[in-house]
Amino acid sequence: MHIPDGYLSPQTCAVMYAAAAPCWYIAARKLKKTLTTKTIPLLSIFSAFSFVLMMFNAPVPGGTTAHAVGGVLIAIILGPWAAVMGVSAALFIQAIFFGDGGILSYGANVFNMAIVLPIVGYWVYRLIAGSSALDSTRQWIGAAVGGYVGINAAALCAAVEFGLQPVLFHTANGTPLYCPYNLSQAIPAMLFAHMTVAGVIEAIVTGGVLVFLRKTMPEILANMAKGVPA
Amino acid sequence: MKNITKLGIGLAVLGILAPIGLLASGDAWGEWGNDAFTTMVGFIPKGLARFSNLWSAPFADYTVSGTGDYIGYILSAFGGMLLVMLATWGAGKLLSLNKNNNTGN
Repeated sequence: MHIPDGYLSPQTCAVMYAAAAPCWYIAARKLKKTLTTKTIPLLSIFSAFSFVLMMFNAPVPGGTTAHAVGGVLIAIILGPWAAVMGVSAALFIQAIFFGDGGILSYGANVFNMAIVLPIVGYWVYRLIAGSSALDSTRQWIGAAVGGYVGINAAALCAAVEFGLQPVLFHTANGTPLYCPYNLSQAIPAMLFAHMTVAGVIEAIVTGGVLVFLRKTMPEILANMAKGVPA
Repeated sequence: MKNITKLGIGLAVLGILAPIGLLASGDAWGEWGNDAFTTMVGFIPKGLARFSNLWSAPFADYTVSGTGDYIGYILSAFGGMLLVMLATWGAGKLLSLNKNNNTGN
């Protein structure tokens, strides 16, 4: 889901940076209040987890690949704004050092994977988990469904960004200047990859790691018990 | 063992296992290189050609020159995780540095 440079017009990239900026601002303001000497190292560790999780490309029928992101897990454990910052950091390192995702398109990638993904996923989790106890079934089901919905919401956003390009930016004779695939091609392709493969992995990772942490190191989930600041 | 140590070990295991991610062949949808366009749609869109090489990443596609694919991927995983941790930790410290004392911990 890392959109490379050249697929989106510079105008689209500017709009996506403009959409990401206020979220970064809110995240910075929230985290200023909520980050502690205990949660900063945890956020660093989970951001690195998100980075490495994205390297596990899984095959998608039809010859493409997709990967999980781990952003919903961070949102559940440390709060959605911590996830915004952590996944943004992972995407930044990926773009600068590894060429995974573009520089101009970094704002779009942040919007999709570091903002829409954790925030949508987190609210789906909250809706299902409610105020249930940490060891309740509703917790891991909420986490798994949250992961699944979050990554698919992100994939849909990326697909719309891709699919609008040939409509909005083309030469006089209609030849696309950037991504040549329109909405009716981009949306089914992106959703197929994420509904069948990446979403399932994101669901298993989000639900599975949450249960694993509760059983092995419940202290880490202390923030959740207190009610993660949303 | 401290929790943070356990989590660190977990990350190291994932870093070593990372090359599993290389087994899937093909690119992600919408992440093809320029050459792929010639075969897929018959031409390289002009704007795409103009901006696609804007930035040359030092370890493009998680490769490290002088090493094979798998070793390069593992080195990239460890180096990348370290950089992400430094960036997040630094940003977190910077944010909490300006924190008012009366907001508690």
